[in-house]
Amino acid sequence: MDPITSQSIYLISMAMVLMLAIFVGFEVISKVPAKLHTPLMSGSNAISGITIVGAIMASGSAENSLISIILGTSAVIFATINVVGGYVVTDRMLGMFEKKTDGGRK
Amino acid sequence: MNMYLLTNLVYIVAAALFIFGLKMLTSPDTARKGNLISAIGMLLAVVVTLLSKGIIDYKWIAAGIIVGSIIGALSARLVAMTQMPQMVAIFNGLGGITSLLVGWAAYHVMVASDLFTTTTIFLAVLIGGVTFSGSMVAWGKLATYINGRPMLFSGQTLLNGVLFVGTLVAGTFLFINPSTGYAVFIGIVIMSLVLGILLTIPIGGADMPVVVSLLNSYSGIAGCAAGFAIQNNVLIVAGALVGASGIILTNVMCKAMNRSITNVLFGGFGASAIKGASEIEGEVKPITPEDSYYLLEAAGSVVVVPGYGMAVAQAQHTLSELGNLLEENGSEVRYAIHPVAGRMPGHMNVLLAEANVPYNKLIEMDDINRTIAGVDVCIVIGANDVVNPAARESKDSPIYGMPIINVDQAKTVIVLKRSMASGFAGIDNNLFYKENTRMLFSDAKSGVEAIASEFKKS
Repeated sequence: MDPITSQSIYLISMAMVLMLAIFVGFEVISKVPAKLHTPLMSGSNAISGITIVGAIMASGSAENSLISIILGTSAVIFATINVVGGYVVTDRMLGMFEKKTDGGRK
Repeated sequence: MNMYLLTNLVYIVAAALFIFGLKMLTSPDTARKGNLISAIGMLLAVVVTLLSKGIIDYKWIAAGIIVGSIIGALSARLVAMTQMPQMVAIFNGLGGITSLLVGWAAYHVMVASDLFTTTTIFLAVLIGGVTFSGSMVAWGKLATYINGRPMLFSGQTLLNGVLFVGTLVAGTFLFINPSTGYAVFIGIVIMSLVLGILLTIPIGGADMPVVVSLLNSYSGIAGCAAGFAIQNNVLIVAGALVGASGIILTNVMCKAMNRSITNVLFGGFGASAIKGASEIEGEVKPITPEDSYYLLEAAGSVVVVPGYGMAVAQAQHTLSELGNLLEENGSEVRYAIHPVAGRMPGHMNVLLAEANVPYNKLIEMDDINRTIAGVDVCIVIGANDVVNPAARESKDSPIYGMPIINVDQAKTVIVLKRSMASGFAGIDNNLFYKENTRMLFSDAKSGVEAIASEFKKS
């Protein structure tokens, strides 16, 4: 049998995390009502901007060639637009829905 | 405390906050707080990453974050609600390009190639690239910079297949010979970008809700792959959540059109303008705003069915005003929302929420259909295919079997439409020729305005 490497352990635990996250995702999101599907899209989109973490690591790592800087910095810019824009626009939309709760009851 | 451990513990907290935030999105009352919680999770993840050991140079990161924040915040503040589908498409694309770049950066610093790292980098670049260019095409179609009609050419499927196999071959080559593979890597980037364009251009305007949902899912999956590439759990969790969300929405959209996902992606629906005008009987009966007013004035219950035309004409505010006038007049007013009305999931709900329509008046298709026979007047505003009775009646119609809002079963239907041109699917609509249908030929906004002013006159 092959020796157990730290990488294979890491791979297995990541695959386990992925599997569980998929199930949680389906469970939670299938309960979101149709009227909130647009905020769901923009909000989940903002979450997918978590790649900003990878972008930051790429941008600020010790390897400091021009290519790394260009790749990392542009990745940081794109990811930040995604994150900030996504959350702000979702908040704006949900604010409109919220306002309606009060208005509707009067 | 060990910095590595601390960083990863905070990532776990961030992932939990994402899930919790999404869970709060299940009700309109808690949704806004949920979004905030999710944003806090993101902030935690970003801050702890900035503090982690590997980061030694901050100036480029700072520059990137400042530039990105300004652009992001401004565009999110300034975008009109009718432009939301375009906005979502762009954001999807940004998620894709980020994954591509993160994968690229990981490739650039890769010292030794093993199957695992090469595969994940390959996937992050491929899916990221397809998501980016596909989203840009979707954006162009939504913003009508590109013709919304499906674009098909002979050998398209073959070319897609060749490109896909090409990326796989290049990926394998990259694994076998990583050091000399930069040209190969660039080749993969280019092929994935071209593939994204080719996969999106054959899809027509009315199918955009499916495409936007699917690209949303891709952007999550790309993030997931990037997470594997840089061995980061929080990317995997967040990516999986977004991927799941996109797939669920895609599924909802496909069901609402009674079509399979393969049919949407490769069908080129509406490309061959179907001229199946077989058994349409009756004649078109136009109506004036004044007569519409008389009909509505006497109506006990009114159901409004909005569609993409309402969004194009920006008629939601006028519509909401008319709704209030009708209510003051003693009518019960409800809004029936078809799942694929508009250009993205939930599009109509957002527009009506913007126009201060209380969300408990927005009724989903199945619920409205149960009570539609008792409705006095249905106003169809800018919707076409989602109210076409051919979906129920004529077996040879391309939309046969698609669930529709059965407005034709209401006592009277008023259709606001600019002309008799067919909808995006290119299908004639029997509804316009029915006995109980009246056509108000007008742009959605000015038509509603005209009826509302009749109300104000009296």
